Formats: sequence, C-alpha cells, structure tokens
Amino acid sequence: MVSPLRGKSAIVGVATAGFKGAPGREPIDLAAECGVKALAEAGLTTRDVDAVFGALPDDPLSVLGFAEYLGIKPKFMDNNRVGGSSFLTHTEIATMALEAGICDVALIYYGSCQKSKLGKLGAAVDNPRYEAHYKPIFPATSYALAMSRHMHEFGTTPEQFAEVAVAARKWANMNPEAVMQGPLSVDDVLSSRMVSEPLHVRDCCLVTDGGAAAVMVHKKRAKDFPKKPVYLLGSASATTHRNIAAMDNFVVSAAADSGKRAYAAAGLKPSDIDLVELYDAFTINTILFLEDLGFCKKGEGGAFIQSGAINPGGTLPVNTNGGGLSCNHPGMYGMFTIVEAVRQLRGECGERQVKGAEIALSHGNGGVLSSQATNIWGTESTL
Amino acid sequence: MSAINEAMFKGDGPDIVYQDLLAQGKFNIQKCKDCGKTQFYPRILCTHCGSTNLDWLAASGKGEVYARSVISRKPEAGGPYNVVIVTLAEGPRLMSRVDGVPNEQVKIGMKVKAKIVDEGKGPFVVFTPA
Repeated sequence: MVSPLRGKSAIVGVATAGFKGAPGREPIDLAAECGVKALAEAGLTTRDVDAVFGALPDDPLSVLGFAEYLGIKPKFMDNNRVGGSSFLTHTEIATMALEAGICDVALIYYGSCQKSKLGKLGAAVDNPRYEAHYKPIFPATSYALAMSRHMHEFGTTPEQFAEVAVAARKWANMNPEAVMQGPLSVDDVLSSRMVSEPLHVRDCCLVTDGGAAAVMVHKKRAKDFPKKPVYLLGSASATTHRNIAAMDNFVVSAAADSGKRAYAAAGLKPSDIDLVELYDAFTINTILFLEDLGFCKKGEGGAFIQSGAINPGGTLPVNTNGGGLSCNHPGMYGMFTIVEAVRQLRGECGERQVKGAEIALSHGNGGVLSSQATNIWGTESTL
Repeated sequence: MSAINEAMFKGDGPDIVYQDLLAQGKFNIQKCKDCGKTQFYPRILCTHCGSTNLDWLAASGKGEVYARSVISRKPEAGGPYNVVIVTLAEGPRLMSRVDGVPNEQVKIGMKVKAKIVDEGKGPFVVFTPA
C-alpha cells in the first residue's frame, strides 16, 4: 500500500565538506560546517532549526552535543544509530515528525575525521564476544565471508567484483569532489594487496575525512526555498542480525525487505528508478544490493556488473559520485547516498549528471550487512 | 507458550555457564524444551519461539564450513590465518577457524569437527578437518 507519508517531506538544502582532509578539525566541526552550509543553501540559519538527527563517530550522544554546539534547543531529536545506514532512518523519522507537526525544520548531520585522526577505518564497536578469539578484521572479514558465499553459490568471480570498483572510479573521475581519481583497471584491483580473502584493498572503501548535512521540511513549505525540493517518496529499514554468523542467508541481505517496503510505500518499482546511490563499503555490497533491490535477479549481479550496466553511459547509473570506493568514506557513508541523490535530482552534477533524472534510490548499510535502509526520492513531477 | 521460567534469570548468565562448560572440555549449545530447536550463542530465551525453557545440549561437534576467508598477516606476526563460519550438525552457525590444514585447503562445504583450545585468553572452539 502506498504510504500516507509519500511525498510529505522534502530536502531543501544539502552540503558536504572535508573529503580531501580536515586535519586539525574535530568531527563536530565538520558536521556543523555542513549544517550551516546546508541551511544557508535553503536561506535559513541555525535559529530556524527545531529538530536534529544524526551521528558522529566519537560521541554516542552526539545529537545532544550537536545541538549544544549549534546553540539551539530543539523540540525533537533522534540519535538512532544503526551504523552507516542511520541517516536513511533519520529521514523517515524526520518525515513522521514533520507530518505530525512536531517540528518545522529538521537538520540531519554527519562528520568524521577518521583519516586525519586515526589513519584507518574507525570502528565505534569491537568484535563481538563470540568472534574475538578468531581475530576477524572488523568489519572487512564479515563482508569477505559473505563474498565467499556469493562466489560459491553463483560462481561470481573476482573480476566481476573488481568491475564494481572500476565503475565507481569511472564515475569518480567526473566528480571534482572525489578523493580517488585516475585510471583503475580490473588488473589493478586484482593485483592490489589482499586484506581478507577474497577482498583486495581496492575492493574496500576508502578511509577519508568528510561531513554532510541535509535540511528537511514539510511538503507544504517545500517550495518556499531557493533550491528545487527533492521529496521523500518512500522509505523503509530492516535488520537481520548483528553478528555475521547470525545472518540467515549470506547471499540475501535485509535490503530485499527494506527495498520491497520502500517501493510499496512509494508506489514504485525498480524499473521506475533513474539512478541508485548505495553504500558500497565493499564490492560485494553493490552486487548484493542491486540483486536485493530488484535491479537484477539473485545470483546474476556479477554478470550485470560485467555487462557495463552501472558504468557511466550504462543502463543503470549507480554511485554517480564515485561511491565509498572512490569518492569518500569517512566511516558512515549512508549520508552521502542522500546528498548525491538530491544533487542529481536537482540537476547540479555537471559532467556526471544523469540526464532527465526524476527518481533516485538511496540505500544505506550498517554494521556487517546488518542494517539496511532504503529511501526513494523524487522531483516535484513525481508527486 | 509456557510460563516464564524464572530459573533462567537467577545466578550466572548463559555466557558464564557456557564458558564454564568449555573450561570442563564440554562444547554445549542450547536447545528449547518447548519448540525443540537449537541455538548458538547462549541466551536467556529461544530465538525461535521466545520460550525461556532452555536446556544445554552437548554439541556433536560435527559441522560444515559455510563461508571462509583468509586474513593477510605478516610472517613475523604469525602469517596468514583463516576465519570461517561453520554450520553445526544441530543447525546453528558460529564463527571459528579451521586448524590442522593449510589455509588454501579450507573450502566451503568441507566437513569439520570441533575442538576446544585455549591460547591464554580462555577456552574457545576451533575445528579440524573431519
């Protein structure tokens, strides 16, 4: 059934910062920078904000710290933290709060300086008790295990996984904001350092700094701002496990569930989607999620990628900013799937712009394929 | 659904009981007295039906490798090591390691059997080829 929340909220301001490094700065500095810039894009200031949603890597109570840092006393706040997908749940919760009349201007934030501060992927959590003895790399080994199963069941090849990273780089080469640019071949990926077999380092997301923010308002106000509003048509989230050993089926993620419900909420189907921004923490993610979200059949993700479908000029633009693999990855990438979808639907993406894009799907992943959250966005013509 | 089993909430929690059994050389999982299904890791309720009537069950130790990875590590730090997910004959899965065979011979589908080891941080379960 189409959701009563369909199209009831819109993003009217977005901002990003710090992908190429923010040495000497704190995660909250980046989040606040993006916050004021996203508000400025909408012609607003922090004085207008009455609801905050978000996450920072170094503060489990960051929503309180963020409001304090901004000097505001919001009426509604949510710290829902389910990993890198968190922000795609914040948009859903913000929409409920806006529709209920609880708040008027919601600010969603994220910032991280893991590259400058740690120089490696920062994990807010340790290996769970029943895994620690085996010394898996968190989170890479869990994804490697899922990848091994996909290869076993469907014959997906290292070359097909490598093609995911190659496609991401091709898009990144058209994005001035992307951290990694230049040529990347399948051989480059396959000859890169093995991290946790079958994952090579180039199958893994980058380690960068970065922040992002988005301003969300109710539909009835959406056209009062300078930028073209981008409406939330449908959203849903799901989880199947926390520890990878508890994932029932390593080749089907909870994206199959969140996607199905998000499509239903929006009254749309995969063939209606013009572009996809998904959380590609590892090359297996792109293949699994494209299958689970209905863009190709289960088990055919490898062949779908190898056909060139997700490359620039292909049938399904995926991760048009270069993704976590080549654009940026500060640790909780989900927020950037929202920002890129908004910029594409506004038509602001220059050389990488998907022509005529009206409907975009953002998909976030958290934990070790644990949390899945899907947002479907549309221009005014899709309401 | 049966009544809440208060005994489940008294004394040591399921993790300590599990660890104590391991220290005695016994690898146990849990079996539900109501629905008959098994689970791992130990909890205070059955994940299948919600019952709190759980028993300990000596695991057969038989299993099969469901997924595998080999983690790169410098030779001076001990060299590469494997991490696997094993499906126990009783049904539940757990993360583990396969010892006694070169990493490249650890394959999905291989039959394995459990063994309790202690490397200085308490006992835990690994597997060897069956």
